[in-house]
Amino acid sequence: MIKKFDKKDEESGSGSNPFQHLEKSAVLQEARIFNETPINPRRCLHILTKIIYLLNQGEHFGTTEATEAFFAMTRLFQSNDQTLRRMCYLTIKEMANISEDVIIVTSSLTKDMTGKEDVYRGPAIRALCRITDTTMLQAIERYMKQAIVDKVPSVSSSALVSSLHMVKMSFDVVKRWVNEAQEAASSDNIMVQYHALGLLYHLRKNDRLAVTKMLNKFTKSGLKSPFAYCMMIRIASKLLEETEGGHDSPLFDFIESCLRNKHEMVVYEAASAIVHMPKCTARELAPAVSVLQLFCSSPKAALRYAAVRTLNKVAMKHPSAVTACNLDLENLITDSNRSIATLAITTLLKTGSESSVDRLMKQISSFVSEISDEFKVVVVQAISALCQKYPRKHSVMMNFLSNMLRDDGGFEYKRAIVDCIISIIEENPESKETGLAHLCEFIEDCEHTVLATKILHMLGKEGPRTPTPSKYIRFIFNRVVLESEAVRAAAVSALAKFGAQNDDLLPSVLVLMQRCMMDSDDEVRDRATFYMNVLQQKQKALNAAYIFNGLSVSVPGLEKSLHQYTLEPSEKPFDMKTVPLATAPITEQKTEIAPMATSKLPEKLAPARQDIYQEQLAAIPEFKGLGPLFKSSEPVQLTEAETEYVVRCIKHTFANHMIFQFDCTNTLNDQLLQRVQVQMEPSESYEVLHYVPAPSLHYSQPNSCYSLVRLPEDDPTAVSCTFSCTMKYLVRDCDPNTGEPDDDGYDDEYVLEDLEVTVADHIQKVLKPNFGAAWEEIGDEFEKEETFALATVRTLDEAVNNIISFLGMQPCERSDKVPENKNSHVLFLAGVFRGGHDVLVRARLALADGVTMQVTVRSTDENVVDVILASVG
Amino acid sequence: MEEPSLYTVKAVFILDNDGNRLLSKYYDPELYPSMKEQKNFELNVFNKTHKADNEIAFLEGMTIVYKSSIDLFFYVVGSAQENELMLMAVLNCLFESVSQMLRKNVEKRTLLDNMDGVFLVVDEIIDGGVILESDPQQVIEKVNYRVRDCVEEQISLCNELTVFVSCV
Repeated sequence: MIKKFDKKDEESGSGSNPFQHLEKSAVLQEARIFNETPINPRRCLHILTKIIYLLNQGEHFGTTEATEAFFAMTRLFQSNDQTLRRMCYLTIKEMANISEDVIIVTSSLTKDMTGKEDVYRGPAIRALCRITDTTMLQAIERYMKQAIVDKVPSVSSSALVSSLHMVKMSFDVVKRWVNEAQEAASSDNIMVQYHALGLLYHLRKNDRLAVTKMLNKFTKSGLKSPFAYCMMIRIASKLLEETEGGHDSPLFDFIESCLRNKHEMVVYEAASAIVHMPKCTARELAPAVSVLQLFCSSPKAALRYAAVRTLNKVAMKHPSAVTACNLDLENLITDSNRSIATLAITTLLKTGSESSVDRLMKQISSFVSEISDEFKVVVVQAISALCQKYPRKHSVMMNFLSNMLRDDGGFEYKRAIVDCIISIIEENPESKETGLAHLCEFIEDCEHTVLATKILHMLGKEGPRTPTPSKYIRFIFNRVVLESEAVRAAAVSALAKFGAQNDDLLPSVLVLMQRCMMDSDDEVRDRATFYMNVLQQKQKALNAAYIFNGLSVSVPGLEKSLHQYTLEPSEKPFDMKTVPLATAPITEQKTEIAPMATSKLPEKLAPARQDIYQEQLAAIPEFKGLGPLFKSSEPVQLTEAETEYVVRCIKHTFANHMIFQFDCTNTLNDQLLQRVQVQMEPSESYEVLHYVPAPSLHYSQPNSCYSLVRLPEDDPTAVSCTFSCTMKYLVRDCDPNTGEPDDDGYDDEYVLEDLEVTVADHIQKVLKPNFGAAWEEIGDEFEKEETFALATVRTLDEAVNNIISFLGMQPCERSDKVPENKNSHVLFLAGVFRGGHDVLVRARLALADGVTMQVTVRSTDENVVDVILASVG
Repeated sequence: MEEPSLYTVKAVFILDNDGNRLLSKYYDPELYPSMKEQKNFELNVFNKTHKADNEIAFLEGMTIVYKSSIDLFFYVVGSAQENELMLMAVLNCLFESVSQMLRKNVEKRTLLDNMDGVFLVVDEIIDGGVILESDPQQVIEKVNYRVRDCVEEQISLCNELTVFVSCV
């Protein structure tokens, strides 16, 4: 062995690694000396170190060999060498998941944790808890309770932290130690305080009242640990957020007082908490900003970084609050830590004047190649914000972005640039052509499928409406020749849009389509064949329905409906109107489905919220045969936030029925509610058919009850109704600690706020990417027009927002954004009415004293037009 | 908003001047679950940090604080929302403890010769991602480790060998 060491020393000098050429099998062979008597601590220690080193390097140990080594190691507990024993604890923790029967060491560890040697006790507790499961936990519960309140800080801390780890596994057992944790919180040791606070919070976090009490207690008694202070600030700001507490709350005062703490860590935590509060005024921000300003000139890089990163966040929402720091930020532009420099510049871009933009952009381009992709993304985001603020600068920005696009960089970075260019194009019509040209150039040499398809989609949408659409055809068709299947398919779709929009291009597009029909990929061929046939009809309505605006149904919903249809064969053709609509604009989905080859975290395609409700409701037998779920509303609160029972309602609309889902929460820990239902009294001719009560409502465990209502059939225009709601239930008092209820109960009721059903509940949002085409497609058969005066509305923005939220329809063609300094505006809205009728609204708005609005409604059904006009009036 | 919690440290690692892992612990099972991802991350971090001693960096959505000494690089990783100064407190404690234990010889060979001590130091500072101790003095006392250098090691091995030979 000496020889081995010597030899390596000679080879590579003193920097060599004695563990470099370790062989797992050789080390395990060596581990046999664990069984020798007497134990040689030195050598055993060396071998254990090698084993842990190997595990740390990612060496794979099979179960049998790991178990063998583990059992040999248990013999080493006979030695009293301190370091050796400590290494045994480490080995136990490292091997807990790979060796079998690790619980064999339980008794040795229990002995050490309760023994006289204080150095063993803490680590032994941590090792023991690592191998303990729920069933064994009961056995050591007594020791754990003692250890938490032990006067030796390392023992107490170890017990508290281990308890915290075990909360996930056995919440109910650890909850019983809350009194001990409480006692530990008043320890003098700063780490014990911190750990006790953390454990207490995890045990109580679902009980807001208890958390508030705990915070009050600790803010008064004054903890010593800066870590504990940071934790308290986080808990306080979480509470503030949940209760939507104002800034006059004592919690806010506490956070603000921490700005004067003597530890920088606490001061920074407090400043950061204030900055991140959703509704903070400039005045409340000021003290936080001024401590961050001080940190900007700290000699510690981490502190400067933290400060400028937080100021950057502030600048996004309140640029004026940061202007006071401009001078300090200027000094950071030349910081040797490029991350700090980048953050300083991007902050200045947000706070500075238009005139400084050129200078800062020049400065940043001098080192943009040196910084990491993450910060390049920050730069791009800053540019994106700038473009919205100073639309006139778009040519400078576009130039800069196109240069960045040509440089090397990862997917996230390129995606940020592409998104930024697309948003500039959408905001500034005059930048459209240059922007599209840059994007065309980029896809000529783009390795990211997702970006290429996204850009092709964009070209298809915007290209046909430019003065010279023909110049884009070449770029798009190049993709068909050169790229992978997904990109080729997207290119075919884009080509079709050019053919549908521009009659003079149609013949050439048809020729190209013909070539795509010979593609090797099914999807590309199918799309080409489909578009070829649609285009050949030369009908505007067909083009609008199948090329510009596409499907608006939910894809999982369509899949389910089709499956259902194949199970129950019928004579009738499949009806598209029975499929639930997509709640998210369908155009966005393509990019999500395509493979995210280089993305770090592939975005999962989570089922839409409505699909989840559909499943849940279908599971309730009373609600069979209602047809597909048409729309689910956002939750409506029917109680104040801080009441005994919290109830919110979600309105589910079906073709001829509505289901009201009441999510109820019982916030009283001394009551168990049973047979909970919400009685509804409608004001109109709505008929309540069924109540589905919630069998029981335990303390702080939400449960739902439902009501089924039939919509009036004879009067299709009766779309709005007010329900007065009363919650009825059986109360059984119970013991707050055990949750054990009394045998008897009594009936009680609780009056809720009224529930409104409005026209918006009958309309689902649908995005029509090409509103003009959709408008022509529906035609003017049932068109009606009326003019209204909105006397109380003062601005066009306000009018637009009111109409959108009132009708619950989707604004199209970005018409929800009113350009500045305009006296008139046209708003385009699209939706589908209950029963599957498309409905489009065009509202011309003019600003005079109030706002005058001329509403034109088109739909495939006359009743729908009447309903909308009647409800607007 | 993130749930307030004691789980501050996502990972900690010590690399040599070629970016090779000497010690590394990942505390969040969702962050780089496989060894390959971990080593990729470490290499990426090393490439972005070893040239300039900048103390702090932001990579792959993580805040990373670091410190180097001769041929060693110490890293502490936390989430993007984490208080940077808390991470610095952990890094300083780790570095100071190792430095005291190795009698200021913070270089690769000495570190490797006392690897068991280093494992124990890390174990006393962070437990499953929770900061267990932040005072290097306390850490040193708890670990109570007797440093050895190469020469001493070889003498002792020599003795062992003599014992071994005589036994045979």
